[in-house]
Amino acid sequence: MSAAHAFLQRLGERVDDEPTWVAARRQAGAERFEALGFPTKRDEAWKYTDVRRIAEGEFTLADDAELDEARFAALDMPLDAHRLVFVDGVFSAALSDLTELPEGVSIEPLTTAMRTNHEAIGGAIGRLAGVDFSPFTALNVALSEEGAVVRIGQGVVVDKPIYVVFASRANESARMSHPRVLVMAGARSQSTVVEHYAGEAGAANFTNVVSEVMLERGAIVDHYKLQEASTEDLHVASIHVEQSRDSRFTSFNLNLGGALVRTDLVTDLNAQGAETNYNGLFFVQGRQHVDNHTLVRHNAPNTFSDENYKGILNDRARGVFNGKVVVKRDSQQIEANQNNANLLLSDRAEIDTKPELEIYADDVKCSHGATTGQLDEEAVFALRTRGIDEQMARGLLTLAFAGEVMDRVRLPVIAERVERAVAGKLPERFNLADLVEVSDALEEA
Amino acid sequence: MLEVKDLHVTVEGSEILKGLNLTVNPGEVHALMGPNGAGKSTLSAVVAGKDGYEVTSGEVLFEGKNLLEMEIEERALAGILLGFQYPVEIPGVKNIYLLKAALNAQRVARGEEEIPAPEFMKLVREQLSFMKMDGSFLQRAVNEGFSGGEKKRNEILQMLVLQPKLAMLDEIDSGLDIDAMKVVAEGVNSLRSADRAILMVTHYQRLLEHIVPDHVHVLVDGRIVKSGDKDLANELEARGYEWVLEESAA
Repeated sequence: MSAAHAFLQRLGERVDDEPTWVAARRQAGAERFEALGFPTKRDEAWKYTDVRRIAEGEFTLADDAELDEARFAALDMPLDAHRLVFVDGVFSAALSDLTELPEGVSIEPLTTAMRTNHEAIGGAIGRLAGVDFSPFTALNVALSEEGAVVRIGQGVVVDKPIYVVFASRANESARMSHPRVLVMAGARSQSTVVEHYAGEAGAANFTNVVSEVMLERGAIVDHYKLQEASTEDLHVASIHVEQSRDSRFTSFNLNLGGALVRTDLVTDLNAQGAETNYNGLFFVQGRQHVDNHTLVRHNAPNTFSDENYKGILNDRARGVFNGKVVVKRDSQQIEANQNNANLLLSDRAEIDTKPELEIYADDVKCSHGATTGQLDEEAVFALRTRGIDEQMARGLLTLAFAGEVMDRVRLPVIAERVERAVAGKLPERFNLADLVEVSDALEEA
Repeated sequence: MLEVKDLHVTVEGSEILKGLNLTVNPGEVHALMGPNGAGKSTLSAVVAGKDGYEVTSGEVLFEGKNLLEMEIEERALAGILLGFQYPVEIPGVKNIYLLKAALNAQRVARGEEEIPAPEFMKLVREQLSFMKMDGSFLQRAVNEGFSGGEKKRNEILQMLVLQPKLAMLDEIDSGLDIDAMKVVAEGVNSLRSADRAILMVTHYQRLLEHIVPDHVHVLVDGRIVKSGDKDLANELEARGYEWVLEESAA
């Protein structure tokens, strides 16, 4: 029996009362996954990322979302937000807070949305990420049970971030979940969506999420994916974005945790004026492994993409960056910039970086660059001669490296959390914020 | 305050300092002069704790303590500050972060509370205007894109904020036009006090017209071969180093 087949067996008898069309889709996912099998290093897209730990793992689907408030509080971010919480993939009504939704905004667990609105979302879900993208999206289609469905009406500016928490518990036996996220942003709407993967210490679960974000004409979406699961968690994510005319999508892909993390981020710029911005930062240590594969397809003229990924690797951690930009035939007046910079804090850390450009048009402005280096020891020395201890000097310089990405983060709670993780012992961010305030005040006086 | 005794230092296998002796007392301003390659910058590098300098014999004491056993930051916290000849650019680290982190490190080492933001800003702004620098310097990354003169002023600004006991200035005058030199000199002169000392390393006498030293030493081939007062600097300006070399060879 193949590893793929064994995986599918675990679905068991859980889903025998589903509507026929759901069951049919699940079946298609299962068949596709079984045909593809788990990727191996012979697959170009998985050359540097070995998924045997997933294929050989023993994971079961969780039955409950029990997590008391104290345990949840340790994982949750203090964001003033519309909150949707999943525990090991199971929706927790108790921990969610969807009480004050503005008009024109709907945020629901997938199961609810399927029951009450299946004509609205049944066609949308899986449209961008079906069974063919990768073995893991096929596996997700086969096994997915729950997820988040966000629909934003035309012209609605959502007052607060939409915060989706995926909590991973330290269970007695390993769990897996295959959540889906669907965001449908109506024309000229504006919203911020945060996917937060947080795990208890010692959690060793497998998360295989597929997100789809659809932006109608003129929609603006800021999308954050903050992954800070335990360093034993296995995490595979696939994010697919479709953009209409004059829409703007900004992604923050922030990776701190996990033992094995793979994120695919794909955007189709389908009409002129569409703009996509990819900001990525990962910080890995120990034996963590993180792999980011990004793809932007410029399918129409006058479309824009800007990508800036930064990686910080310590100890024996390993990173992969593969960024691809495709400009379709005769998509003129394109601008595409891509940059990947990596900082190795240890001799044994490793990064494989590969930018790829495929351009089938002539009137385009494209740039890409990749650099890998160490901390500037002259700068470490200069800071220490001012009485700053070595650890803080290295922290300041590491944070400075991440700064270019972090400065663009518009949610201070997230910026602070990431800065703390990256820099360790540092002067409090808020002290620094105070300084700027006082400095401005003095300037005016 | 600073006692350098029979200091021998090698860099990449070749001996640069060959038995240097120097005593700097509180309240004094010393100028260390000498031709290129005499080892002037080596002394300040060794005192600051830079890598790559091997002390083969001799000792360096600061307020009676063995400086060579102290970490780089411990030396700074003890009150020694080096003004670099070529200040390092530190992209992404704002000047104000550096100043605040450095000042708080000092205060914490003395067992004091961290400085409150308003007090800190007031202090920094006063020194900033003294150095004729505008507020935007604080938000800029340390030395990044600064002109030569701005970098040197920034070094002195750090000294004014951190108030070291011993300020070592390594070729602080190199690359400065006369106006910038005056501002830098004024900054340094404002540091002069009965309990502080200044050690300048310089190739030219020009700086010493603005920062008048109490003691002038001539360093030749890793040793101090002649010491005197400020008149020695004038003599060196007029006659060059040749006569000192001849005198010491005789």
